[in-house]
Order: sequence, then C-alpha cells, then structure tokens
Amino acid sequence: MGFDQYHEPPDELPPATRTFARLCASLTEEAEAIGWYEQRLAVETDPEAAAVMRDAQGEEFKHFSMDLECLLRRAPAWREIAQGVLFRPGDIVEHGEAAEAEALEGDDPDAPLQGSLGIGSLKGAFR
Amino acid sequence: MNHLLRSHAPISDASWKLLDDEASERLTPALAARKLVDFSGPRGWEHSATNLGRTAPLTAVPCDGVAGLQRRVLPLVEVRADFEISRAELRDADRGAVDPDLEALDKAAHQIAVAENISVFHGWHGAITGIEECSPHERMSLGEVADTYPRPVAGAVERLLHNGISGPYALALGGEQYQRVVETAEHGGYPLLEHLRKILEGPIVWAPGVKGAIVLSMRGGDFLFESGQDLALGYDSHDSQVVRLYLEESFSFLVATPEAAVVLAP
Repeated sequence: MGFDQYHEPPDELPPATRTFARLCASLTEEAEAIGWYEQRLAVETDPEAAAVMRDAQGEEFKHFSMDLECLLRRAPAWREIAQGVLFRPGDIVEHGEAAEAEALEGDDPDAPLQGSLGIGSLKGAFR
Repeated sequence: MNHLLRSHAPISDASWKLLDDEASERLTPALAARKLVDFSGPRGWEHSATNLGRTAPLTAVPCDGVAGLQRRVLPLVEVRADFEISRAELRDADRGAVDPDLEALDKAAHQIAVAENISVFHGWHGAITGIEECSPHERMSLGEVADTYPRPVAGAVERLLHNGISGPYALALGGEQYQRVVETAEHGGYPLLEHLRKILEGPIVWAPGVKGAIVLSMRGGDFLFESGQDLALGYDSHDSQVVRLYLEESFSFLVATPEAAVVLAP
C-alpha cells in the first residue's frame, strides 16, 4: 500500500503529526463511503438490500463521527471553530465566519491554542 | 482571554513564540511518563476530576424509602513552576538576538517535567498514587554496576510474563542509571543499551526524577494519564526589569493494572 496520506517526508514528521494525518485520511474515507451509500440507496429498489445498505451507512456515520471527535481533541483551534458551527440552528456560513473570527482573529493572540504548548501524548517518541 | 492572561504580558508575539518553542524543546525529552503511559485529553482547565465509575455508601438519606450513593472521582492536580525572564533579553530577542538568556525557563521546564515523572512513577503523597506504590511485585535491585542490569531487567520481564502481562515492555531509567547504560559496553563491545532493548522488545527512556528504574508493559490500558490543561506558559506579573511567567498543567493519573509494572530499586 502507499503512504500518500503524508504530504511531507514521513521520517521528518513527529509521531503525533503522523497519527493526525492518518486520522484525516480515515475521516476522508468515511465521508466517501457515506456518499457512496447515499447514491446506492437512492437507486436501490429491493427493500432488503436497501435495509442492509442503510445499516452499513450507519456504521460509516459512526466511524466518521469518531474520527472527527478524535481529531478535534487534538486540534484546539479546530475544536473551537467546530463548537461555533456544529449542532446550531440558523445560518451555517454566518456561524462559521463568527467562530473563525473568535478563534483565530480575536483580541487574544493565543486563543486558538489557549496558550497550550500542544505537547500531548509522546508515545512513540523514544529519546 | 483565558486564565493564562498571556495578552496582559509585555511580550511581543515573536517573543511568545520564542518562549513557547523553547519550553517545548526543553520539555519533550524529559517527559518520560508521556512516552510510556496512555494519554487522554487535554480536557481543558475547567476539567476537575476523572470519572472512576465507583461509588461510596451514604448512611444518611433525605427521607424514608430511598437509598443513596455518592460518586467517587479522582481529582486532577495542578502543577506550576514559576520563573522570571529579563525584559531586556526579550527586547534583544525582538531585535534579532539569537542567544537570549532563557535559563530560568529551561530550569522551570525541567522541574515541571520531573514533577510529572515522579507523580506518575513514584506518586505524589495525598494527590496521586504512582506506579511504584501500586505494584504488587517485590522490588528487585538494579545494582550499582550497569554491567549487571540485564539480569534484573530480564527478571522483571519474566515476572510480568508470569502474571500474564504481555509486552512490549519499556524501561524508564532514572538520570544516573540512564547515563550508566548509555556509556557502557559489555564484553565484546556490544552496547548495553541494545542488549536491554532486545530483552524488553520495547523502548528505554530517560526519566529524570525516577529513582532506579521501572519496567512496565506498553500494551495499553494499564496506566492512564488524563490531561486537563496541557502544559502551557502563563503570565503572572512584571516590573521594569523582569516579567514573571509560569509553566502550568493539570492532570490525573490512574493505575488500572498494578501488576503491569516492576520496580527496580537503585
């Protein structure tokens, strides 16, 4: 298999970044699968087959959600913006612009990371 | 602005980056516990306790006909290391000086890393139960001479296997013991470090603050570190000469499988 989820030479990337990239690749794959099942369900006329596909798509919803939560826990700025956008009624674009402005362009220059050094887990960094 | 009050500090964006980078660079090699135990979080400064899923009985109840239990939780601890940086040094750094004096920050970073290591591996009286305090295995002696280390390390691995604890296994070595290992070659010139790695089938880490050494399983699920506020630089106060800053974190630590580690006394 290839390792094309890495945009930079893997040997130069810290373990946490490699894990982050793998999670991003996984998120993409789950989103693609959701889209494929949506198309299949739109054309499938056999109720039994459609039920199986609907169940399979539910699995992909779960996988996508777990990948996303895992990524958001590791990216405080992303999490902060997501909190301003997700599960809110109203204008999505307005929420997005407001959340971005608050997280990235606010008065506090360290708001995106809330001052954290972002060290987190060092499993795999054995020096 | 959050509780770190960074925007109140008389520090430019470039100097904050310099300080953050320096802190990360100094902390990362010394944070041995994070290299070996499961890490979850960060959950934020507001996060105060880890769920244990356990309860304690309550003898008193508000009225007849009901029973009560109280949830038990593991409170997070806060650790903070204060230090001062010369404002003149920061001004020079803003001018492009490449050798600002950040020794006080380096020392604080080392101290807070040591505090984290000691808390996880040995415990923090009244606050955190460390791996050493939990391990039911009889302590083994590492000995004074590095040449003899393979025997107790192999003994510790055998003891873990005997208790059904699978690998890979890791070795956390105190500063003195780590130095002895890396400078020692066995008969025939084979590096001791490599010999120990083959026994463990896992990593050997420098763990400043650890007394002696600890062999532990890295299979996962045995040692749980929960971060509230991950390590961060905050602002306290300043005058015309210095700015007073601090490194801070909050965390809890829980041993789920006490049998998964063996302590090797110095």
